[in-house]
Amino acid sequence: MTPTLHWTPELPLIRMRDVRKKFGATTVINGISIDVMKGEVICIIGPSGAGKSTLLRCINALVPIDSGSILVEGHEVNDPKLDKLKLRRKVGMVFQQYNLFPHRTALANIMMAPLHVLRRNRVEVEAEARALMRKVRLDGKEDSYPGELSGGQQQRVAIARSLAMQPAAMLFDEVTAALDPETVKEVLVTIRELAEEGMTCVIVTHEMGFAREIADQIYFTDRGVVVEHGPPAEFFTNCRDERTRQFLSQIL
Amino acid sequence: MRRSLCSPPPCGEGSGVGVEERSTTVPHRHDPPPRPSPSRNRVYTGFGPSTEGSKSATADFDWGEGEDAIASALPVLKPFRLRSSGCHSPSSPFTARHGVLLLVAFMLSICTGEAHAGPGVPSILATIIKWTPLLAQGFALNIAMSFLAMAIGTIFGLVLGLGLIAVTPPVRAASWLITQFFRNAPWLVLLFYCILLMPFEVRVGGIIVPLPGWAKSTAGLALPVMANVAELVRGAVQSIPSGQWEAAEALAFTRLQTLRLVILPQCVKRMTPPWMNLYAIVVVGTPLASIVGVNEAMTLTGDVLSSEGRPELLVPMYLYLLTWFFIYCYPIARATVALERRFQVP
Repeated sequence: MTPTLHWTPELPLIRMRDVRKKFGATTVINGISIDVMKGEVICIIGPSGAGKSTLLRCINALVPIDSGSILVEGHEVNDPKLDKLKLRRKVGMVFQQYNLFPHRTALANIMMAPLHVLRRNRVEVEAEARALMRKVRLDGKEDSYPGELSGGQQQRVAIARSLAMQPAAMLFDEVTAALDPETVKEVLVTIRELAEEGMTCVIVTHEMGFAREIADQIYFTDRGVVVEHGPPAEFFTNCRDERTRQFLSQIL
Repeated sequence: MRRSLCSPPPCGEGSGVGVEERSTTVPHRHDPPPRPSPSRNRVYTGFGPSTEGSKSATADFDWGEGEDAIASALPVLKPFRLRSSGCHSPSSPFTARHGVLLLVAFMLSICTGEAHAGPGVPSILATIIKWTPLLAQGFALNIAMSFLAMAIGTIFGLVLGLGLIAVTPPVRAASWLITQFFRNAPWLVLLFYCILLMPFEVRVGGIIVPLPGWAKSTAGLALPVMANVAELVRGAVQSIPSGQWEAAEALAFTRLQTLRLVILPQCVKRMTPPWMNLYAIVVVGTPLASIVGVNEAMTLTGDVLSSEGRPELLVPMYLYLLTWFFIYCYPIARATVALERRFQVP
């Protein structure tokens, strides 16, 4: 990966400038610019179809962007010569549908990427994986298969699986949307602990209370653009834009 | 919600037997305590027709157990109903009923054969038993051919199947052409091609390796197996949810690693039942080789018949041979059904 600018911790870890993406004739992202500093927690909210999930997928190059620029630690994601694998080691992602590998146990799910991608020593990796299971409060479930775990437990395994790659930033794509209300909390607690440890997080969520509590910055997106953004206290109490107000009034 | 998806579907299997069993236990389970809320119960019975048939299902419902209980008590809400007897799976070509029919036909043919038999000849059953060792030899060749054809076809089919899902368009196109050709060509035509186009011996280095008819026939059978296995691979890979690819990609797996570690292991489960089915079809396809003169069971049966020269033997002998195939294939078919049920994707 060729550094397109010299990156220092003072610069944004993720820097998006005028990102645009179309699927066929539909414009999904229409010029979004967001900066995420190291250790910052960003929440992206907005109605369905606003391009939130697509934006996350653009950051780790799961979806190529049409124009604009995304820099992750100073490396251009929109560069055809980019080493995507190297980028993805830096950015972990957690999905709405957990996407655990159903044929492997929880522990094996966590160990797979460090073993095969980073080619690390099995003993070390296993010790770390067990520590991660404890961290997400699932010790004792190491040998369970994903099908034997509840949604909330699966999602926490998925978080641990991403953390096992020791990423610089984590992307959360509506991670609680498929969970029932009781298990939402256990996943949110896990994410909050991560954020408190200083992990850089980009969170797409519909949990307004959670966003308000955890975020350093909240971005409200609609129809592919950032309508409004600001720190949560300000954002939720006196938003300027009519569209934001309407959305919040429906949700809160 | 998620949990109910993962647990084995309680209403799919055994709805016939299970419901009846339960209905017998209902009275003493539910009579003594009064229903906690009769009005809700009335709402519930509104779901299904209030006939005798649905009574057991409704009565069985326990209000204390919540969602799971609803799922198990409401088989009637499915827009379709799967048969639960097991041997009627559409993917299985052989069922127990076929076996019984076959046995009856065999017995009848022996009886009618005896009636037509001239005086002073050994009984049909004795003749059949006399020739059984020879037929067994031929049948062994059938099995060997089916094994080999399946093994060779599977190995090449896996490669071809991976070609079908390759990223490079030319590879994909070529694999598609090969697959379509061998999948749609009649097996007999492929068999003739192999018999007529392959040499009777090949020279490897200084050694001459003869290619007998059965080897060429095996190659001929392996070709359609290859194409069918390739399609199985493609279908199985495509049936894996795209989230699995996405998750593996997000973890920085390469495409090959994703296939090897995530996708293909999940495919094995899905491919095994149809693959076993394909094997059963290959077994019953091996007598095709008799047309090109391979000494397998079918050819030998013909030889026996012509040497005996007794027309009343014709039907019993061929039915006897059919029984052999059935006895061999029936367990495979049963195992396929059992596996299918076990691997059922929730």
